[in-house]
Amino acid sequence: MKKESSRIHSFFRSGKGDSPAKKLLIHLILIMASVIAVYPFLRVVAISLRPGSQLLSTDLSLIPSNATLENYRTLIFEKDFTIWLWNSLVVSLTTVIVGIVLSASAAYAFSRWDFPGRKQGLVFLLTTQMLPPSMLLLPIYVMVVRLQLFNTYTGMILAHSVGAVPFSIWLLKGYYDTIPRELEEAAFVDGASRLEAFYKIIIPLSTPALGVCGLFSFMTSWSEFMMARVMLQKADLFTWPLGFQKLLDQFTTQWGVFSAASVLVAVPAMLLFMYSSKWLISGLTLGGVKE
Amino acid sequence: MIPLTWEIASRGLTEAGRILVMLAVGVAVIEALAYLILHKWLKLKNALPFMLMLPAFIAVVALVIYPFLFNLQLAFSNMSMYRFKEFSVGLSYGIQNFLDVFRAPVLQNVTFAQLLLRTVVWTAVNVFFHVLGGLFLAILLNRPLRGKAIYRTLLTIPWAIPQVIAALAWKNEFHYQYGFINVLLQKLGFAPVQWLSDPKWAFVAVIIVNIWLGIPFMMVIILGGLQSISPDYYDAAQIDGASGFQQFRAITMPLLKPVLTPAIILGVVWTFNNFNVIYLITKGGPMEGTDILVTSLYKAVFEFYRYGFGAAYSTVILIILLIFTWIYLKVTKGMGEVADA
Repeated sequence: MKKESSRIHSFFRSGKGDSPAKKLLIHLILIMASVIAVYPFLRVVAISLRPGSQLLSTDLSLIPSNATLENYRTLIFEKDFTIWLWNSLVVSLTTVIVGIVLSASAAYAFSRWDFPGRKQGLVFLLTTQMLPPSMLLLPIYVMVVRLQLFNTYTGMILAHSVGAVPFSIWLLKGYYDTIPRELEEAAFVDGASRLEAFYKIIIPLSTPALGVCGLFSFMTSWSEFMMARVMLQKADLFTWPLGFQKLLDQFTTQWGVFSAASVLVAVPAMLLFMYSSKWLISGLTLGGVKE
Repeated sequence: MIPLTWEIASRGLTEAGRILVMLAVGVAVIEALAYLILHKWLKLKNALPFMLMLPAFIAVVALVIYPFLFNLQLAFSNMSMYRFKEFSVGLSYGIQNFLDVFRAPVLQNVTFAQLLLRTVVWTAVNVFFHVLGGLFLAILLNRPLRGKAIYRTLLTIPWAIPQVIAALAWKNEFHYQYGFINVLLQKLGFAPVQWLSDPKWAFVAVIIVNIWLGIPFMMVIILGGLQSISPDYYDAAQIDGASGFQQFRAITMPLLKPVLTPAIILGVVWTFNNFNVIYLITKGGPMEGTDILVTSLYKAVFEFYRYGFGAAYSTVILIILLIFTWIYLKVTKGMGEVADA
């Protein structure tokens, strides 16, 4: 009896009952899926290593013959690559700081008080995440032009803060909710004020969450394209997504250089993402479960 | 080439520093005023939480609510490239803008109805394959398996690559002669495809790219959902003699629903709003054949300079998105009630 039940073991839970043939099939499917997932990026790496004379070829090998770092040299010493990275860094780091400064305390209010309008406020914050970014593009653009912030970092940072502030409040509120209230209550007994409890207990306890929140705002702002396309027209202000797009406008000659640039930007971005994705997922679901 | 000189670097630092100083001063002034008014003058019980929220609240009003209302105002204006500074607002302009959305081509040829249909196809096909692919891979990964962590990491890569890079890299790979897709097709004995110069194939191309980009998100979310389902349910089902497919229908799907519903809504909203993939690969072309609502909105505003029209058009798009989400919520909730009954 027991033997039989393990033979017809559930397909959806366990593979203990899988025959070797079935296991092999699953591995084959997963290997194929992994190849599809990874191959396009490996191609980018391969093309970035091609010497100029072989740039246009139908070669599919992952390490081209006569592999060279020529494209990387061209990229760094003959293109505006360093400027693009610097501009992106200035914009996204400042956006992160603005987002955290404004949201850290607001999220605390949402987490600990039941004031009138709290629920509506939370729903509103969630709704802003659904608003098509392309919808606010025109009004933000007109505002930025009127404030004479067109073609400035400041205009760009304002545009990126549109998404960063509500997102940070939502994420941090979810994290504060997980900190037990008893910790603050103990501090009140010792004579601490509400504000002191926030600065001396909640903020230090939340450093990892603040870091993660900053990381996400950073990654969003770092790779943002549409706003940058509209707000920046001077080449010395381009962020990297804009620079990359311009680079490819002269397609045939710049394919290798573009690939080199992609490798240099994508590898750190991918590592950061892999490192942080588990928090992103729990952050996305945490808020939803709690409210 | 523009070198990264100290001059350029310091310009960035100065501007960033100025913003942060203004932020600090702004917050200090707001808090001082709020303290005086809310605490000292009105003696509100909830003064502290309001003070904690006020700076963020003002920022959200300035950055989200005001632009939103301003957009509505622009929808009722005759703003255009020639009337950027001195435009007038009036009901008749608004009526005309909103009517223009439906009665004239949004860009040069393509009409609103075509764009709406294409957006629905784009969203439905993408999200369908995201969920199908994600579900399939998640079920495979949820079994005890050697090398699971490695598979999981490799399969997440399309999500981890910055979208701009992925889109531009794919654009190259759709090149008729040198892109790997046509090279592979030819090696397998098929004729190469005119990916980016034929509107139909171009649309297939952008859909392929977006499916590739979106599966990992669904896979990870669904895998999390699968792992939270207690094995006891399956044990009980087996004792009752349920088949694999029956277990899937009666246990896995209903218990995945709390995870799947928000994930699908997010997926629909993201896909509906996806500008990067289409704009970077085809710019909506050839012959406006791959434009969806949001890319045509961008082009109407920033390439055709139809500001008033664009504002009205974006309002229509928002309403469509809201109706979409609302219907989806209704339908899934209705299905839940049917299942409960």
